[in-house]
Amino acid sequence: MLAFTLRRVLQAIGVMLAVGVIAFAMFRFAGDPVSQIVSIDTSAAQRAEIRRSLGLDDPVLVQFGRYFINALQFKFGVSYQFRLPVSSLLAERLPATLELAICATLFAMIAGILMGVYSALRRDTVLAKLFQAVSLIGISLPTFLIGILLIYLFAVTLGWLPSFGRGEVVKLGWWSTGLLTASGLKALIMPAITLGLFQMTLIMRLVRAEMLEVLRTDYIRFARARGLTTRAIHFGHALKNTLVPVITVAGLQFGSVIAFSIITETVFQWPGMGLLFVQAVQNVDIPIMAAYLLMVSLIFVTINLVVDILYTVVDPRLRSTVGRAT
Amino acid sequence: MTQPVLSVRNLEVEFVTRRATLRAINGVSFDIAKGEVLGVVGESGAGKSVTGLAVIGLIDPPGRISGGQIELSGTRIDHLPPEDIRRVRGKRIGMIFQDPLTSLNPLYRIGDQIIETIRTHTNLSESAARRRAIDLLAEVGIPAPEKRIDGYPHEFSGGMRQRVVIALAICAEPELIIADEPTTALDVSVQAQIIALIKRLGRDHGTAVMLVTHDMGVIAETCDRVAVMYSGRIAEIGPVQEVVRNPLHPYAKGLMGAIPTLAGEDKRLVQIPGSMPRLSAIPQGCPFNPRCAFVFDRCRVERPEPIRQGDQSVACHLFEPAEETAA
Repeated sequence: MLAFTLRRVLQAIGVMLAVGVIAFAMFRFAGDPVSQIVSIDTSAAQRAEIRRSLGLDDPVLVQFGRYFINALQFKFGVSYQFRLPVSSLLAERLPATLELAICATLFAMIAGILMGVYSALRRDTVLAKLFQAVSLIGISLPTFLIGILLIYLFAVTLGWLPSFGRGEVVKLGWWSTGLLTASGLKALIMPAITLGLFQMTLIMRLVRAEMLEVLRTDYIRFARARGLTTRAIHFGHALKNTLVPVITVAGLQFGSVIAFSIITETVFQWPGMGLLFVQAVQNVDIPIMAAYLLMVSLIFVTINLVVDILYTVVDPRLRSTVGRAT
Repeated sequence: MTQPVLSVRNLEVEFVTRRATLRAINGVSFDIAKGEVLGVVGESGAGKSVTGLAVIGLIDPPGRISGGQIELSGTRIDHLPPEDIRRVRGKRIGMIFQDPLTSLNPLYRIGDQIIETIRTHTNLSESAARRRAIDLLAEVGIPAPEKRIDGYPHEFSGGMRQRVVIALAICAEPELIIADEPTTALDVSVQAQIIALIKRLGRDHGTAVMLVTHDMGVIAETCDRVAVMYSGRIAEIGPVQEVVRNPLHPYAKGLMGAIPTLAGEDKRLVQIPGSMPRLSAIPQGCPFNPRCAFVFDRCRVERPEPIRQGDQSVACHLFEPAEETAA
């Protein structure tokens, strides 16, 4: 078990190194940073001076080494457009994105599992068929369209919810949270639903398919032959077996929720990392783009690691086979 | 005669499909007395397993019991509402399935599965149920049960898992055990142990056993009586010695003739030509008539009813009292 975890951690470090190389390469290939910083009438001597002060004259390997060591300390350089350290910009935006992503994932998992279980157990009811239809819409409609439709309905027509922003936030140390104020919570509803809808439909369809599969297995038949209550069979035996693949998908999807929050954040002008990233792309602010890339991949890799470990917690078979294999 | 534990009368099971209604079981009747082991043999698709599932009320739609009645110790159980038949399952009828590798939920410790079953059917506390579970595991021959009770199914071998399955089937002291090909998925060496175990449990607890198998060796060794099924009907039923040594029904004769012996007689095994009809194409009259060596006109028209011949009962026109000379 320990060897398994260690091996996975090593693999994760390998992935992060590769991503680091790519992030670094962005500085060199996505245009000359100096010309991004200076204005048109800056003299050649001044340009050379800036180039030297930024360390862009040094050999590539030295630059990469410096970038790597700085990245380990969460120093990602200075944003070209804001003239502020990228790490403090990201730290300022991180809580908004994480709160949005966690709420969206929670919504997706709770609603997805409930709807999935219901439509597996009551396959022929009208409601189950309605869920199936809704899930098709959720999977096929693009995120921004859902966001705009929600804004039109609940913000413009009904006026129940704010159409943009995060509402009032409360500072808890460096973390700013919108979960403690009424306006913050109200502002969270539509972005969270927009962001989580695709995941919800995915989880719902997965849970339904897995549950139907599990209900056909011999051990469920045997559980029925043992006279267990329907409730114990459905929610104890069947659901637990259903959740094994659901954990993986939900975990991996959490990574994409953060990555794809870009669109939702743009639609709702949510002051998170995604919005920062979009602004960075528009202004070719490479330090922010590189740091965002590193950050998102770090989240992805971490989640993968956690999911792998969670897997062994849920499924005892993996526990002993990975123990034996290593 | 004392009341039988299980009494099945004219059982009919149908599967409703889009094209037609298929009758998988057609007029099956038998009794099993307390402590008796009834073997049910026949080819694949003869209706052996469906009969077992019908008794325990686990025929899933589109299948349904369409006729006849099933009595367990004198009370009818074939038309009970779902919640009532659930209480019968596991408590009064224990069931053992064919494949022990897939019968246990892989994510739960075996002890938890046994305790869960015990507590579903009794008022025992968690700790009392656990003690009972350890006793049960010891009874079915699992070494060091107090340690193994916390193991997961994948940590047990096939034979050991089947012992766990048996422990689960008997944990509420059922009156009847239905064992559906309990040894088919096991090694030959383990098969004998499992059969001996089922036999011993039946004897010790006075449990009636319905043993579904296609292994005539197992039948000869274990059962008191045997029912030979063909195409959803019982072709012949009787005490195991008689049916094995002196089968009456032409199909049973063929089946017994197909058992290899170690006596060294250098004979080819008897084969029954053809195969069992599909449910959608059961011939008129006796379903065995296209393959029967003794077939005559009446077999093609009229369905034979069971006829008593001593302790045996056989569904064949050859044994109609009036036809005896004619045949």
